[in-house]
Amino acid sequence: MTPSSPLYRRRRLTNWIGLGLSMTAMALGLAVLFWILYVLFANGFAALEWSMFTHDTPAPGSEGGGLRNAIVGSLMIVGLTVLVSTPIGILAGVYLCEYGDESRTAALTRFVTDLMLSAPSIVLGLFVYAIAVATVGRFSGYAGSLALSLIAIPVVMRTTENMLRLVPGSLREAAFALGAPRWKVASMVTLRAARSGVMTGLLLAIARISGETAPLLFTALNNQFFSTRMDSPMANLPVVIFQFAMSPYDNWVRLAWAGALLITLTVLGLNIVARVFFRDRSPR
Amino acid sequence: MNGKRHFLKSLAALALSASALNAWAADITGAGATFPFPIYAKWAEAYKAASGVGLNYQSIGSSGGIRQIRAKTVTFGATDAPLKGDELDKDGLIQFPAIIGGTVPVINLDGFKPGELRITGTVLADIYLGVIKNWNDPQLVALNPGKNLPNQAITVVHRADGSGTTFNFTDYLSTVSKTWAEKVGKNAAVKWPADTSVGGKGNEGVAANVNRVKGAIGYVEYAYVKKNNMNFLQMQNADGKYVSPDDLTFAAAAAGADWFAVPGMGISMVNAKGATAWPISTASFILMYKEPGDKAASQNALKFFDWAFKNGRKMAEELDYVPLPDALTQQIRQRVWSQIKH
Amino acid sequence: MSPAQDSATRSTAKEVLSIARQQRLQDFLFHRVTQFFSLLVLVALLGIMGSLVYNAWPTFEAMGGRFFWHVEWDIVNEDFGAAIAVIGTLLSASIALLLAVPLAFGVAVFLTETCPPWLRRPLGTAIELLAAVPSIIYGMFGLFVFAPLFADYVQMPLKSLMSGMPLVGSLFGGATNGMGILAAGIVLAFMVLPFIAAVMRDVFEITPAILRESAYGLGCTTWEVVREVVLPYTQKGVVGGIMLGLGRALGETMAVTFVIGNANRLPTSVFSPGTSIASVLANEFGEAQGLHFSALFALGLLLFIITFVVLAAAKTLILRAEKAKGL
Repeated sequence: MTPSSPLYRRRRLTNWIGLGLSMTAMALGLAVLFWILYVLFANGFAALEWSMFTHDTPAPGSEGGGLRNAIVGSLMIVGLTVLVSTPIGILAGVYLCEYGDESRTAALTRFVTDLMLSAPSIVLGLFVYAIAVATVGRFSGYAGSLALSLIAIPVVMRTTENMLRLVPGSLREAAFALGAPRWKVASMVTLRAARSGVMTGLLLAIARISGETAPLLFTALNNQFFSTRMDSPMANLPVVIFQFAMSPYDNWVRLAWAGALLITLTVLGLNIVARVFFRDRSPR
Repeated sequence: MNGKRHFLKSLAALALSASALNAWAADITGAGATFPFPIYAKWAEAYKAASGVGLNYQSIGSSGGIRQIRAKTVTFGATDAPLKGDELDKDGLIQFPAIIGGTVPVINLDGFKPGELRITGTVLADIYLGVIKNWNDPQLVALNPGKNLPNQAITVVHRADGSGTTFNFTDYLSTVSKTWAEKVGKNAAVKWPADTSVGGKGNEGVAANVNRVKGAIGYVEYAYVKKNNMNFLQMQNADGKYVSPDDLTFAAAAAGADWFAVPGMGISMVNAKGATAWPISTASFILMYKEPGDKAASQNALKFFDWAFKNGRKMAEELDYVPLPDALTQQIRQRVWSQIKH
Repeated sequence: MSPAQDSATRSTAKEVLSIARQQRLQDFLFHRVTQFFSLLVLVALLGIMGSLVYNAWPTFEAMGGRFFWHVEWDIVNEDFGAAIAVIGTLLSASIALLLAVPLAFGVAVFLTETCPPWLRRPLGTAIELLAAVPSIIYGMFGLFVFAPLFADYVQMPLKSLMSGMPLVGSLFGGATNGMGILAAGIVLAFMVLPFIAAVMRDVFEITPAILRESAYGLGCTTWEVVREVVLPYTQKGVVGGIMLGLGRALGETMAVTFVIGNANRLPTSVFSPGTSIASVLANEFGEAQGLHFSALFALGLLLFIITFVVLAAAKTLILRAEKAKGL
């Protein structure tokens, strides 16, 4: 086939058109995404001030103000979630990897975990309201943590199991050959070998729950004052952003952008740390 | 593994010690109407500075306030849509007004100053019914001779959540427009008939939506209008005069009110008589239990309102709310608060 | 053996046996403890479904199957129907996918075929990071930046262009305020785009190099390789990835609530405001009582089931695609 034959020219044209369209699509898609980030950074950094960390959320119409109570509240709620989700998620992940091949419920559990990974988070908020708020009679940081745990535990479970499976079988077999009991092999050999991957999973889970708003709407509610009591409504960044962004007050809107920037930087930072951490010491 | 265990242990210790630091915690939780939120928040700020007790008020809408007090998740509920006497008795609640304010129609039209344009109740009802769809409709032009109303579609903004402000607004529309009363009626949440009707969450959401959309009209409490320099409309009251909203016209509407005529004090002040009365003036109410579960919190709440009645007048007037007259607050203390068993 | 050696052997044997018994006990405990936590997740899901059904039951009792297609959401008269919210959810998610899938496809093709190697990793990482950005950011972007621009540069010209036309004219009527189901769909598309692009790229990379190289060796153009080799090989994975994106779009609350308009009625024009299931829940849950409360749970259950079905289908497809990997 010579380069100038009509079939060849047609194929080359199709190629150019197809790739050209893809390039345009890519340029368009990436442009939009970077535009969104640019808007966030521009508005967020413009609103960022030191007073944000020393003042609490302002009343409507009051000047200035900050996000201190929301930041502390979020830290506490996320902190409790991590405390709760880490052991449960890791141990469940260990079960799925070590005993999963022998158990019938394991396959079902894996399937269910994947479903809960993508379940709409607002429905989880409804569930936690029904069992932890309405029954007790008050909104609380505990209920907020419970809702976030329902999101975090499946993430930790899945990454733990995947990381444990990557550990070479020879390591396990060597440990068994030395006479170690099964639980020691699982915890002190396999888990230790996969620990950087498991940490990655934890960081990704934290990043995921830091930005969730819907599950906190009806569980932790919000609080305009500084409070460290987890058994009553707690201020938290996502709900504060939601409330302030839709309001007509300028200082509230500015605080909303600053808060949004804080959350995004945290999430991106955690993701980047997880990647760097993982890449250095993956058991390959 | 050990490093992680140490880290987790210290986190747990930190959390426990933090929860022990209850010094800054708020004891009273309230939730409900967004209508009085600006003044309640101002009062709460000042009360905290004066007494150290915090009041955490979440403005989730009047229906939200009623729901949460019934679910006993808050110390008091706030609503501008008052409950009737038999509903109060059924739930074991008392109800009293805390502040008076006004609901104001606001617009987003370039080229006009706040309060420059006028409207009547029937025309407002027609806009919200979707009958009048454009700003240069002859009815609007007739009310505003000489003003150059643009050819722009009207975007009607309503409340997406259950709202006492909606209740009072629709109460007014039902009073002045028979079509509205038949077709829609008055309630905290209604079926908004206009095609372009867009919903906002809370008074804040409606104000924000009106600000953002050119050609929009909405209804908000006056404190939101004033703070954000929004463009409001003059309205024609029952006496046929055009009035602008401020605390004097709201007070004029409340002047002839007979508060104890209705069990639960839930009287309506819309379309009140008086040459300077603002047609959509309303009171905002507080709901509390006669036999509260958390007696200490209930007592603290009453102390807060007592303080606010005595010391909060100036703050209220600055935001163009009308504080209750002393004679009325005395009666509230004697006849309503006495029903609460502590 | 001497008696001393005998007893020494026996005591060592006893020690070994007791250590073995101890280890068996520890193993047993370890097994049961980890199993317990694993079952907790199953129990949690069952609990969620149970709680949803329990709280939604009064609605189904009152309205029966009619709930699913009844076009009404009347809080005052307690007349509820899921149709408005479901249609809004499906419409906004469909618009999002219609826009996001071609764009994501373009990104994935670029990343796997035509991207210069030095750009490949940073760009890939950038896409994955963008997929992690919390959805409330997209909501704020939609409200503050996108809606006004959309109103001025898209809706108004469209309206003045189309409203005169006989049949389609009414489809473009209504106020042009930058909000509505179309606007929400577009903002959702932005949110779902990096996610689908990342999944597509992962799936394209699974294609064995030998297949692609053989095709190139035969003289295929890049486009032909993509269309005739990569896509057919990965089609199950691609469809699975798209459905994962659909699942996320269906359940999204924040990105949608800001711009959808929150109007409980069926859309009559392209610019109409509407609502989605998640938005209704976010707006009305705090104040719902009685049958309204139950109706919201019924909506939540419906959303859960819809996402459940979509995700289960996606999972099965991706699983099959991964199994076919062993070529």
